[in-house]
This record gives sequence, structure tokens and C-alpha cells, in this order.
Amino acid sequence: MVPAPEVELWFVREVLPLEGALMRYLRSAYRNAADAADLRQDIYVQLVETAQKQIPNPTKPFVFAVAHNVMIDRLRHERVVPMDTISDLEKLGLASESPPPDTTVIARDELRHLRAAIDQLPARWRETIVMARIDGLSGREIAARLNLDESTVSYHLKKGMQMLVDILYGPDTRPGEAP
Amino acid sequence: MSVENPNPARGAEVVGDQAAEWILQQCGPDWHQADQAELDAWLAQSTEHLVAYWRLKAGWNRTARLAALKSAGMRPATESTEHPLRKWLRLGAGACVVAVAISAAMYGWPIRADMYATALGQRATVKLSDGSQVQLNTDSAISVKMNFFRRTVSLTKGEAFFSVAHDATRPFSVLAAGHRITDLGTQFAVRMSGDRLEVALVEGRARLETVSASVQHHATDLVPGEVAIATTNSISVAKVSPRALTNDLSWRQGKLSFSHATLAEAAAEFNRYNSTKLIVQPEIAGLRISGVFDAGSMGPFTNVAKFAFGLRVERRGQEIVVSR
Repeated sequence: MVPAPEVELWFVREVLPLEGALMRYLRSAYRNAADAADLRQDIYVQLVETAQKQIPNPTKPFVFAVAHNVMIDRLRHERVVPMDTISDLEKLGLASESPPPDTTVIARDELRHLRAAIDQLPARWRETIVMARIDGLSGREIAARLNLDESTVSYHLKKGMQMLVDILYGPDTRPGEAP
Repeated sequence: MSVENPNPARGAEVVGDQAAEWILQQCGPDWHQADQAELDAWLAQSTEHLVAYWRLKAGWNRTARLAALKSAGMRPATESTEHPLRKWLRLGAGACVVAVAISAAMYGWPIRADMYATALGQRATVKLSDGSQVQLNTDSAISVKMNFFRRTVSLTKGEAFFSVAHDATRPFSVLAAGHRITDLGTQFAVRMSGDRLEVALVEGRARLETVSASVQHHATDLVPGEVAIATTNSISVAKVSPRALTNDLSWRQGKLSFSHATLAEAAAEFNRYNSTKLIVQPEIAGLRISGVFDAGSMGPFTNVAKFAFGLRVERRGQEIVVSR
């Protein structure tokens, strides 16, 4: 049994940076974003449960092999998409092992990247996230400033956080990775 | 606190909402030990909970960096149409500096080094802001840098024992004598003398590698019970018995343990702790001794030398000379 901290470290450092490529792959079969998110969740569960026994190395082919299997399972059950979607796999994740991104560039770009991600959020979500993360305000303080219920602010923050993380690791930006 | 639906829920969206709620609560001011226990229980319920939480936490931690936008120089200097974020920056600028500092402390931002040192014969325990603990041995010094991305402790001299609080998003590393030890949830001791570095792993896993650009890169992964000895151009690893490891770490209780150590080695150990220095004449330096002694008092040790080995012990000013 691999210790939990090690599994988490592997998941954060090795798996999450592949999420953009993974989501591109999943979306080629599932137009519906909620379906793709469900599928992603299933894939992550399988990855982590495997890693708890032994950390896979190298990570990338393993992630896409699991994605492939989970997807085939779903497709068999649902018959919603033609099976040839699967053959796109090679084009997406595995074809070329891209060089590791230059960390100095990442450090410099990280803020710009974060800012661009925040700008994509719906107004209310953006507003509360900015107040929480840049101004360092608590949920209660944000509620007072915006004259909203605390529970409403909490809702905006929860949704905003999830969308922001989707964008940060998502398919439409360069594969994000904390320096 | 509690999250609305305590049952293991299916569906990425529901689980995502719950994970987000936990993280918000955790960042809030009312987070207590009991809440942590509840969160741990929720995480243990299913791998779905675990991955949703890990993923959101990692992403959310990245956004802590946004606090840097408040500091000067990061804002766009000129823009024809106002950047939506800029509007918020203007709105927030000047306000709530304290609030930012508080939340910054939570995420270990900004970077600043804290120094801790012990004098000869002194020991100290330092509790770091992330919950990790460092025990400093005699005549030792560390500087600590915490930021949102990593936790770095530089051992500038002496010896320290590290008990690292786990945080996968912020690796903990120790820099010493041109090497880096990276922790994977660990307890370990690091000792420097000159350019020789000794790392003893008690618990968990850790990686030892060279970081100096001028030498060839070496790296090794340590498991409990292993002691690595690194110099500028080599790393060697030995498996030691639990007893030997305990002896090595007895300084944490203010003790020196010797098991068949030579008198010269034992004297060198005592001399790390005391301003009065033990001098062992070369002709008897190879005699071997075992036992546990108080690091701060040489009397019992010199008595053993005197009565067990029949040696002469003389005090000369700041020196105690042992000879035949």
C-alpha cells in the first residue's frame, strides 16, 4: 500500500497536468460537459486506486490507457457514439512526448494564466473569487460588501472555484502546472 | 461544521460541490480540529471524495498566487479598455492589507526567511508555521522559507531532526552542503560537518540529491533505517540497525550514545557540545568505548576512561587531556 501523501503528490504533479489533453480526448466523444466531468471523475478514481497499490511509471500512457478502458466500458453500455472515436486516442495524448515545459516561463506566465482564467468566469462568481483570493476577504465579509446572504456567497464561491479549476487544468489553455 | 449531504454521493457534480465546500470551510476562520476529523472521515468514505478534494485543493491553492497581483508592478500599466480584473484591483487596492496578510500567512505567502540557531551545548525545538517541527542540535542553524509552492529549510550548520507535516501541494525540502533532501511524509535527521552530509531516515520516504551545478548529479531514495553519507562527489547508503539509529538520534534527549566508538570519535562528539574540549592523545585514540552519557557533562565519561581503562585525565585550562 503506497502512503496517501505519495499518491496525492503523484496525482497533483503527474496526473493533473495531463487533464487538458484528457479532456480534449473525452470531449471528442462526449459533447456534454457534465458527462465528460463524470467520466473524468471515474478515470481519476481508477487511477488513484491503482496508484494506492503501486505508483505507475511512466504516468502518461497509463492515464490514457485507463481513459481508453473507462470510455470503452461506457460506450458499450450507452452506444451513444461511434466506436471509432476511440481510435483518435493516438492523436491526442500519446502520439508525441512533448518536452517538459520550461519552469521559468511557467513562473512568469502563471499569473497571466490565472488572470485569464478568472476573466472567463461569470460576473458574480468572478466577483466573489476575486474578493476571496485577491482581497483576502472571508465569506462573511464578501456577503456584507455585496449585500448578499452568506449562503449565496458560498454558492458563488463553490461554483466559481470549480469552474476556475476546470479552466486552469482544462483543455483550452496550455497544460497548466504549478512551478 | 458539516457539509449538507453526508452520504457518499455519486455524480461528479455533487461530489465536486461537497469538496469545494470543505475547502472553503478549511480556508475560513472557524476551522477546528474536530472539523478536520470530519473532513478526514469524509475523505475516507470513497476514492471519489478523495480525488475531487485533491484536484480542487491543488487548483485552488494555485489561485492563492493571485494575492501577488495586489503588490505593485503586477498590474497592467496601460490598457485601452479596462481589464475586468483591473477594476477589481482598483476597488480592492489599499483596502484590507491585513486581510491579505492573514490569508497570505495561511498559504505561506509571501516568501521570507526565518532564522533559528542554537549555541554550543544548546538544543531547541522549532515549530514551523505549517505544523512541521525541527529539533536543532548543538551549534546548529537553519533558515526557513515558506511560500505557496514549496517549503524549504536550509541547514547552514550543525544537525537537525525534521518531523514534516504532510502537504502534497507544497513539497518540503532541506538544503544542506550542496544537497537537497525532499520529503515524502517523513521523519529524518540531517547532520553537516564540513562538506560531509549525513542523512538518517526514521520514517516515510525521502530523496537525497545533489543540487550544486558544479558537480555531477547524484540522487538516491531512502527508506527507513537507511543512513546516507554524501560528500561533494559521492553518495553512499548504509542500512543500519534500529539500535544504531536510536544511538545516532539520542542527542534529541540530550544524550550521546556510543557503541564500540573509538575514544577519538567519542571525544569529537563531546566537543560538539562543550566549550571545554576533550583531547585524546594519539596512542590511545583507537580504544573502544560503549555507553550512554549526558552530552553536557564529561565527568562520567572521563571517569570511565580513568577507571575502566586506567588512563590519566588532566585538566589544562579549557582542555581535558586523556593520555596513558
